[in-house]
Amino acid sequence: MSHTHNGNSDPASADHGHDGHAHAAPDSFEVRVLRQDAPGQPSYWERHKVKYEPDMNVISVLQRIAARATASDGKKVSPVAWDCNCLEEVCGACTMVINGRVRQSCSALVDKLLADRAGEIELQPMTKFPVVRDLVVDRSRLFRALQKVKGWIPVDGYIDMGPGPRQSPSDQETAYPLSECMSCGCCLDACPQYLKTEVERHDGETDEQFEARRAATYDKAFIGAHAISQAMLFNTHPTGQNNAGERLDALMEEGGIQVCGNAQNCVSVCPKKIPLTTSIGRAGRATTVHSIKKWFGA
Amino acid sequence: MAKQRVMVVGGGLAGLAAAMKLAEIGIDVDLMSLVPVKRSHSVCAQGGINSCNDVTRQQGDSEWLHFDDTVYGGDFLQHQPPVKEMSYWGPKVIELLDRLGVTFNRTPEGFIDRRRFGGTMFKRTAFAGATTGQQLLYALDEQVRRWETEGKIKKYEFWDFLGPILDDNGVCRGCVGQDLVTMEIRSFPADAVIVGSGGPGLIYGRSTMSMVCTGSAASRCFQVGAKFGNAEFIQVHPTAIPGADKLRLMSESARGEGGRVWVPRKPQDARDPLTIPEGERYYFLEERYPKYKNLVPRDIATREIFDICVNEGLSVEKDRLAVYLDLTHISKKELDRKLGGILDIYEKFQGVDPRTTPMKIFPAVHYSMGGLWVDYKKSADGGLQIGSPQNQVTNIPGLYAIGECDYQYHGANRLGANSLLSCIFSGLITAPGIETLLKGQKQSAADLPSSLFESAVKQHKSRHDALLKRAGGGENPYLIHQELGDIMTKAATVVRRNDQLEDALSKVHDLYARAKKCSLSDSGNWTNQNVVFTKALLDMFPLAFCILKGALQRDECRGAHYKPAFAMSGLKATEPVERRKEAEAWCDKFDENNKKWLKSSVASWAGDDVEIAYEDVDTTLIPPRPRLYGLVGSDEIEKVWKERQAVKDAASNGKGNGSISSKAAPAAAK
Repeated sequence: MSHTHNGNSDPASADHGHDGHAHAAPDSFEVRVLRQDAPGQPSYWERHKVKYEPDMNVISVLQRIAARATASDGKKVSPVAWDCNCLEEVCGACTMVINGRVRQSCSALVDKLLADRAGEIELQPMTKFPVVRDLVVDRSRLFRALQKVKGWIPVDGYIDMGPGPRQSPSDQETAYPLSECMSCGCCLDACPQYLKTEVERHDGETDEQFEARRAATYDKAFIGAHAISQAMLFNTHPTGQNNAGERLDALMEEGGIQVCGNAQNCVSVCPKKIPLTTSIGRAGRATTVHSIKKWFGA
Repeated sequence: MAKQRVMVVGGGLAGLAAAMKLAEIGIDVDLMSLVPVKRSHSVCAQGGINSCNDVTRQQGDSEWLHFDDTVYGGDFLQHQPPVKEMSYWGPKVIELLDRLGVTFNRTPEGFIDRRRFGGTMFKRTAFAGATTGQQLLYALDEQVRRWETEGKIKKYEFWDFLGPILDDNGVCRGCVGQDLVTMEIRSFPADAVIVGSGGPGLIYGRSTMSMVCTGSAASRCFQVGAKFGNAEFIQVHPTAIPGADKLRLMSESARGEGGRVWVPRKPQDARDPLTIPEGERYYFLEERYPKYKNLVPRDIATREIFDICVNEGLSVEKDRLAVYLDLTHISKKELDRKLGGILDIYEKFQGVDPRTTPMKIFPAVHYSMGGLWVDYKKSADGGLQIGSPQNQVTNIPGLYAIGECDYQYHGANRLGANSLLSCIFSGLITAPGIETLLKGQKQSAADLPSSLFESAVKQHKSRHDALLKRAGGGENPYLIHQELGDIMTKAATVVRRNDQLEDALSKVHDLYARAKKCSLSDSGNWTNQNVVFTKALLDMFPLAFCILKGALQRDECRGAHYKPAFAMSGLKATEPVERRKEAEAWCDKFDENNKKWLKSSVASWAGDDVEIAYEDVDTTLIPPRPRLYGLVGSDEIEKVWKERQAVKDAASNGKGNGSISSKAAPAAAK
């Protein structure tokens, strides 16, 4: 690999090679961004030329684009809007579709992207959520699903009641990966059964009316792998078990686990490698048992 | 009277803890956040949360010693009653989190496992892998979601807090917020406003902090009259991974689990670090601090790493500053179980597996000990009177500050794994105080004349519109931000010099004037991130002035504030009588310095500059003693110090006032 290094470059990057892909670092590269000014507006591609620097990720690319606010053709444009926060792949905010794959933009390293596809990086908003602007999407449906499955431990209160239930290390090691879910939505974007649901606000509707109508619409659509996995997380907790039946009921309603087509895309795109299909399998068995029990009135 | 409501600004650990506790009490809450609360910066906390526990207790630990370590680690610059109360709540807070389902690591028998962190000899730190902050935040986020479904909490996510609304008597009666999607600006009447908006790391450009950590919410309170305490105390974390967009944290838990910091004795030794023999490695923290070794408090570790690279020229690389943080001697299985999360981050962003190759790390701006000045109500036993509306209130009645954005708990330096505790603790205890406050109110904010709220909204709208309408061709906010970050990082981090601070102050004043001439590249009114960032940038300057001016005026070394020109050097004499004399003089000088500088800086905003006053610190529970980590002659100084303290204790016991200071004299660290 033959980086041209500037003064504060990272000589270390030369010796670890980027996945063994040898490529000459370009002076600059093109970034194609699928933009959209607002909901209901047409989307359009825009090209930006970005000066190459060592150790860039897609976040720093978007920062450069915002600072320049000039497209490749020299036209002054507004900065591309995108979501981000932690920049270390634990908050889930900066999820988008990069070179055709849904992932976080902070951990998308430019050297690797250019090694896979020389000269150009392509950025699009997530495909299953309504676009707010450019790369910003509205993921409120995802959080609504966590309400639907009652994704919490139903404690009596926050006063001092002594320690929680004792748990074995192996139970902790099963629960911990599930609790790393950062609600980024990758599993949903990649899922063939998770279809885009856009609820437009009617004229004269109050905030409350709109939110209630939107929640009702979301509740009928597929709940998604993340929420099924969260339901399993809480159903295996010693206290969470106390209302396991309510969570299973939620998974059996319209838009529940039966919608899953077993494509298994969710588990392959999850940035936290959460065993989503294992959770779905467990949820499938649990809901079956639950419905038989209900049938017999147990 | 209309039903009272409380506004919580910020949905990190502190804000969520306050919101859920208020909801439990029965108070309706509005919760405003720049991001969905589950994406708050608390997710970045890695290592754990401290408390005295059943195991350490049997090794001689107590809540009192946790309190003692915290004030000693903080160089005694924090009022002691709130810190004492926090330490005593520690075990209860962790039990609560345990009940809320936090996936803490477990011992084979099923108890919560603990690890050791810096600045203590006890394994106090409970942890959930290396993503403890994320796990804690999620547990609280889930509880808040539960209250949200019951209608007790209403979230306003993707909203920017533009400022508190004060009535004619200077009482906070609500706030103004802006919807980041529609750009609508509206008022929120509230009977108390709690700001838990985190730290101001973005003032330094790149830091370990998240992109929302601009400090703008705290600054907006400061600019309408709230005071800001101890701004000059900025923690620079010893171990971070340098990056183009961010300096990513490498948790102290890497050292807590046995990680060793070293450099090759030969400058820039080009060999593979694994092939460098033990004898040719310089484990400088272990050699210089034989007691704490790699787990010295953060300010010390940071200065040593800085010193080894900058002054001794032993950086592992030629054109970049870094030292090795080595975990390769620990089994891969153990590393994955206890540190998996942070090792994945290193691997993901550096492309190197830290399980088999030593990591390259360097210090980075990490945490602000300073923050909005807040009050407290001392109880008879020297802790806090829970339920008092005085706890966590700023100098503006009705306006509260909690979490990293208050100045209350960490003094001049924060101990690792104490921030998660202070965030949750301050959030939880604010709720009962506000309950008392609300009970005493005769009129709710919603009943006030609408003109109060309308005029506040109008004022913010005109600021917003003026920015949008500004002619093009002016300054670029993103470039100004980079410049600000460069100046601040150079002058006000690890080593501070008055000439550099003066220079930085004048440069930042010039930059502020230029920032006011920023023009926008987006003048639209839909999801306009350009204007939101520009406003946040402008609000960074008042806090930058607090940091620089506070640092310039403080001519001493204390905790994270290190000014070599005013450092107290160790003893030189070897002859016992002479050495004793030097130690006596050292202690005299230490007392002298404390008389002058054992005071918090309290800044207020005077329109275009800051004014700084100094406030005495309540050290009635544990008398200040010197931090002697690694100082030459520390044994002799400690001896003199203890003799003097014994005399003082005897005198105060003689007076029969029941001094408890004698409880608090564990050996000063070496």
